[in-house]
Formats: sequence, structure tokens, C-alpha cells
Amino acid sequence: MSDIRAGRLSDAQLAENFAALQPPMDAAQAAVEAARCLFCFDAPCTEACPTGIDIPGFIRKIATGNLRGAAVTILRENIMGGTCANVCPVEELCEQVCVRNAAEDKPVEIGRLQHFATDHLFRSGAQPFTRAGDSGRHVAVAGAGPAGLACAHALALLGHRVTVFEARAKAGGLNEYGIAAYKMLDERAAREVEFILGVGGIEIETGVSLGRDVSLDALREVYDAVFLGLGHNAVNALGLEGEDLAGVHNAVDFIERIRQEDPATLPIGRRVVVIGGGNTAIDVAVQTKKLGAEYVTLVYRRGAEDMGATEHEQEVAQTSGVLIKHWAQPVRILAAGEEAGGVEFEYTRYDEGGRLAGTGETFELPADQVFKAVGQHFAPSPFQESEAPEMDGSRIRVDEERRTSLEGVWAGGDCVPGNDLTVVAVQDGKLAARSIDRYLRR
Amino acid sequence: MNSVALTEMHNDMADLNCTIAGVSSPNPFWLASAPPTDKQYNVERAFEAGWGGAVWKTLGEDGPPVVNVCSRYGSVDYNGTRMMGLNNIELITDRPLQVNLDEITAVKKAWPDRALVVSLMVPCTEQAWRDILKRVEQTGCDGVELNFGCPHGMSERGMGSAVGQVPEYIQDVTGWCKTHTDLPVFVKLTPNIADIRYPARAAKAGGADAVSLINTINSIVAIDLDTFAPQPSVGGKGTHGGYCGPAVKPIALSMVSEIARDPETAGLPISGIGGISTWRDAAEFIALGCGSLQVCTAVMHYGFKIIDDLVDGLSQWMDDKGFANLEDFRSGAVPNVTDWQYLDLNYKTVAAIDPGKCIECGLCHITCEDASHQAIAHARDAHGKRIYTVIDEECVGCNLCHLVCPVPGCITMREVDSGLPHLNWTQHPNNPLRET
Repeated sequence: MSDIRAGRLSDAQLAENFAALQPPMDAAQAAVEAARCLFCFDAPCTEACPTGIDIPGFIRKIATGNLRGAAVTILRENIMGGTCANVCPVEELCEQVCVRNAAEDKPVEIGRLQHFATDHLFRSGAQPFTRAGDSGRHVAVAGAGPAGLACAHALALLGHRVTVFEARAKAGGLNEYGIAAYKMLDERAAREVEFILGVGGIEIETGVSLGRDVSLDALREVYDAVFLGLGHNAVNALGLEGEDLAGVHNAVDFIERIRQEDPATLPIGRRVVVIGGGNTAIDVAVQTKKLGAEYVTLVYRRGAEDMGATEHEQEVAQTSGVLIKHWAQPVRILAAGEEAGGVEFEYTRYDEGGRLAGTGETFELPADQVFKAVGQHFAPSPFQESEAPEMDGSRIRVDEERRTSLEGVWAGGDCVPGNDLTVVAVQDGKLAARSIDRYLRR
Repeated sequence: MNSVALTEMHNDMADLNCTIAGVSSPNPFWLASAPPTDKQYNVERAFEAGWGGAVWKTLGEDGPPVVNVCSRYGSVDYNGTRMMGLNNIELITDRPLQVNLDEITAVKKAWPDRALVVSLMVPCTEQAWRDILKRVEQTGCDGVELNFGCPHGMSERGMGSAVGQVPEYIQDVTGWCKTHTDLPVFVKLTPNIADIRYPARAAKAGGADAVSLINTINSIVAIDLDTFAPQPSVGGKGTHGGYCGPAVKPIALSMVSEIARDPETAGLPISGIGGISTWRDAAEFIALGCGSLQVCTAVMHYGFKIIDDLVDGLSQWMDDKGFANLEDFRSGAVPNVTDWQYLDLNYKTVAAIDPGKCIECGLCHITCEDASHQAIAHARDAHGKRIYTVIDEECVGCNLCHLVCPVPGCITMREVDSGLPHLNWTQHPNNPLRET
């Protein structure tokens, strides 16, 4: 009989488990850290930032005590700079190329400084941006995730009216539904949405899904331009026996529940197995552990260096007590009556041709809950009964300005090719907005 | 116990014994006349920690002591480091004269091997100076230091820097003191003057046994941008205070060098003061001719314990250099200080960047580009690596790139043989007044 129940931990323990991994910097710490920045010319960090934030510029402003100016420097390039400060894989972006690494193997803590500056602005309640005069143009944005909201904000600043259609009940996209709870404390995503809307000119219609409630053809007809920020809308399946058993979940669904529900009420297994090697796998593994699962094993079919999760994320999992098992692939979910009781795995290795292959040797891991985190994708279902844009593989093809093959339609974020990062989605939205603005004023 | 341990530790090491104007101490490090030396409790603990001497915080006339304000200190912080510069608006001792004299007597009796000099500031009359000297002599102290330096408060009452800024007063008062005491007389000079050589010459003419410099510099460290109050603030008002600490060291070194190389004052013993925080600072002051060294701000920042590295570091360095005692390198840098007009205009250096050490910060390029001679090129190689290269023909050898580069040894200034003989401005064809 599987052992799944809510309330494994006390409220106090839960609160402690879901507190920030690293407390925010205080003013004195920020001053010391900011002083470490060398104010590089042609700064590698800025080049590594997908949104091109003037990082030495904002850090210098922190150093001089100009915190509002620092926040504006960040938000001017990345309106979700607050979220990105928490969720960017900085160890693979700005902080990886910080010249301080060369000298002392320790980059300037750009992410934490960015958090410090943006938090200061958000706490003050100030709205530093003002809109240009009304252009008389009206743009539709499908999807209120990072790409859509970034595009909407940039368009609004340029004087255009924007209506955002969002299928879910809340705006924010993955910031609201998909990021681990301990990375987005205190309703951070909702506050960020509020801040973005605070500039004016943006309406959000929630509960409206493209393809279901409104068609792309209709949007193109009614609005002067359309931006598609549809994100991933489908989860990859394992395609294995037992996948439909009770206790087998999509990791993204469970991560969403942790964000949207009271963690104390979430049923959690004593023994948890997570299948996958990306940040989603890490996020679900770490959070099931935080919710009180006793044994959490993350199984990935290749080695540590092949994992989609960053080294930092892997470390977070391991220090949280997650056991990461490499070189094994699932064969089937084992049943215990109607429920999942475990997973059978086969060891893997690279064959002579360098391809991943099973060794034939298997083992079983008992599990009360199994979480699948083997990727998400974009399914073109929103384009049913409309003229569809050209695809690039399974994603929408765009050019460098984020134009699709359809006249007057732009796209960005996880539904277009590129890294699936919040910061990349924001840049897509920003570039598309500039392109749309040129289009509308042509 | 501590002093025994110190002696043992330094048996094999350089001899740091110091004698200046007849005053001896086991090492050249004295506490300057300041808050750390205003009472027996402090001075004795400093001596226990290993300080070679102390100049007791300035005594004034007998009678009602001065009254101090609150607050008294202001700081200039730099890049997260506190007190790069410190200023104060505190006056001379605010304790009764006899209390100070009794404590000085007790300290000297308990610590005969340490230098104990007493700083003095009284009104500009011979009687006042004679009276205080007679009482100070009774303490058994090793010398007196005439405080002609403090720029705040007392100067408004015709004392401190109000004396130090008028060479005639310096000479007169120094002369009175030499007349009325046999104790060595140190004259402490103010830097708040156009040319430090004039007060130094006046001190010498008055018979001074040594000069001490620099005292603090007129300063307002900051304005509070919320209240518009100068710092330190006394209920919203402020006044200029005396600036000291690491920030003033270059000014002190320059003034010391002026006195050391002035033919009229050459050989006049100097007690060096001004931002001395480390043994390196100390060695530099000695190289410019100083005898003893006086320290205040570093102690006000970190406490007496810094004496350990001051003594140890100086000894280690002297051992490395083969200097057996302080005389071996005292004044070693004085002959190298000259007037600009005698510098070799044909001496040439060019910057060289070591690509193996470069971390690609680009500061050399942008500072040369924006502030110097556009002599460092910026390019990317095939892998996107930033390549910074000196354009030798454009480089004037100014040093700026070398100074801003955060990596030690990455940018060096390479000597280039210009093939031309030594030529200074007095000989240069562009100088209409050149020597023929």
C-alpha cells in the first residue's frame, strides 16, 4: 500500500523549508559586493546577459547609493529583472564571465545585487516609467507569460494600447505557475505583474485561450498587430507501461500546485522518484523533499555533465538531500494494485557509436509517487482553423526581429526556438515590441 | 611579560631602537598626541602592547579645562572601507592639568625605556609657556612637543595652527621654551600653510630639537544630504576639523621631503606623522628622513594591537634588505627627491600588457582612450576574446593603465632606450630661460 499523505511536516518546518535559499543582501553587504565590480569596459557580463542589461552601470549606482537609478537601469532592458535576479542561471550567464573569476575564482554576485536593487524599487511602490502619447494603435498579445508581458510593457511605453489574452486565471505564466516556490517568495510574480500593468495602457483578459476562445485569424483582423507568447503548452510523456497509474504525475503540474495551494495540504509520498535531468526535475525533487518526502531519488539517463539542470541546481538538490542517480532509464512503472509502487530502471551507457544504450541490467526503485520531468513542448493546437505560421521543428519560426511568417504576427518565448529561460523570453518580447512599433509607424 | 617576549622575538632581527633629538625608544613607533594618549589607562596598555613611545595628548594652562562638543569625528569611507580619512573637532585634553601630570609621572616611572613626550598648547606669552614647562619637567618626561598645528577650535583662541601659520610666532615661542627648559623641544607643524619650509626654518631658528609633522588638515568631510549639516554635526551645525588618516599620507610625505632636502633645515630631526598605518608607510617616512613615527588614526580604527605588525613587518623587511638598524636606510630616498625641472626629459617608458594575465576588464583601454593618449587598441580575436594592445608610438608612458589595471604584474612599464642623453628642462631647447 502506498504511503501518500499531506501534512508530513509542521507548519513551522514547512515555513523554514520554503524560505529563500539565500537571504537578500542588506545595504552594507550590497555596498561591499558592489565595490568588487571593476566597472569593465565592453563588459563581458553585459554581453552574456540575453537582455543586455548595463550591469556595471547598475552596480555602480548601487555603490553610490542610487538604488532607484540602479533598478531603472535594470528594468529598462529587462522589465522582469526582479524575477530574473532570482531565477536566471547566472552561473552560466553574467556571473560565469565576470572578470573577477579570473582573479579570485569568485564572480561579483550580480544576481543578488540585481535582487537588492529591484526589490528596493518595488518596495517603494514607485512607478519609474511613463508612456509615450497614444499612438491610436492596438496590439493583441496571446499569453501573459514573461514574453507576452515584456512585449506588452514595451508596446505600452511606446504609446500603443495592448490587450493580453491569457488562458489561465492569473497572469505571469511560468513566473506564477512554473518556478519553484522557494525562488519566488511573497507573491513576487503577482507583484511584478502589478508593476508592469502599473504603467497603464495594458488590459489583461484571463480565461481566454487562443484556438479555443479566440482565433488567430480573428485577432489579426481586429488588432493592428499580434504577438504570440504561448510558451510550452504540452508535456512530454514517457510512453511506458504504468504511466497512467495513480501516483504518477507530471512534474510541472505538481510544481504549479505547490505555488497555488497551501503546501501543508499537498499529499506527498514517503518515497518519491523523479525521472528527468532538467531544472524542472530538480525543482520537483527539491520541493518534494521540502514537503517531507523521506526518500527522493532523481534518476537521469546520462551523466551529471549532460544534465539540463545547471551545476548550481544539482548542488541545491544534493544539499537538500535528493539522491541523484545517473546512467539509468525507466523501463516501466511498477503497479501496486491500482497505484504506482515503484519504477523499473535499466542501466545505460554510451555504445561504441557514442549512442545512449541500455545495458540490459535492471533495478527497481520503490516509489509512492513518480514525477515525470522529461520535457515540455509547443503543440500548434492554438492555430486550429486559422492560418498558421510556419514552424521550425516543433516551434514557431521567427526572424531576428521575432517576426513570424504571417504578416503582422510576432512570436517569442518558449514557443520559438532558443533557450527556455525567462530572460530570453523577456528579450524576445522586447525585440518584438520594437519591431511592431516600427511596423505600426511605417 | 609582553615586553620581554618582544625583546626575545627580535634578538635575531633588525635593531629597531630609535633615538631622535636625544629621546630614545625601543622602536620608532609612537602614539601621536590624540585621544589614545589622553590617560594613563590607555598609554600603559599601549606600552604593554609594544608601542615604543607616546606623545601625551595636549595639555593646556592650569584652570578650568576646555569643554568638548558632541559629536567630534567624521569619516571618509571608500568603496566599503571605513575611515580612509578621519577628521575631528575635538580640542586639547579636557581633564584637569594636575591629573594629567600625575599620570604622566606614574607612566614614565613604570615604563622608563619608552619615549614619553608631552604635547603642550598655551597662550602666546612667555609667562604661560614658562609656567607649564616648569610643571611638566617635574613628571620626568623625555621631551615636550609644542602643538602649533591643530586647525580647529583652539586656533580661534590664537593657539594651535594660529601660531603655526606665522613663522615669527613659531620662532619666538620655540625660543622661549628652549630658554625655560632643558627638555628636548619638538615643534609640531601645521600643513595648513603654503610652504612648509618657512615654519620649519622658523622652528630651527628658535632652537627646536626636532619638528613633528604633519598635524591635521582643514577639512569638512561631508555634508549630510538630508539635513545639509556638515559632518561631524553638532546639533545640525558643523565646523572645519582636522583631517588625518591614510588619505593624508601623500601630503605628509611631500612636506617631510621638503624639510629633509631644504639646505636650511637639512639634518633637523623629524618625527613623521600623517596616515601611517602599516610598516610600509613607516619605512617610507624613514626613507625620507624621519626619526620616530607617530600613529593615531590606525589605532583609532583598529586599536593598539596593530603595533605587532608595525614592528614585525618593519623588522622582516629590514632583514630582507640587509638593514641592521634604522640608520642604515634613513634618508635613503631624500637624494632622489628633486625639482621637476631636473627630471630627465629623455627618459622613456612604454606600457606592456601581458595577455596571459589579462582578465579582459578593458579599464586600460577606456582610461587611455578617454583620459590619456588613445594608445591602447581594443579588438576581439576569432574566439571573441578581448585583446588589448599598446600602440607603442602613441604611448607617452604616463602610467595610467598600469595604475588602473586590477591584476598585479599584468601591465608593466617597460624602459625604452631613447638613445638620447640626460636632458632636463633647464637645458631643454624649448625653455627660453635655459642654461647656456
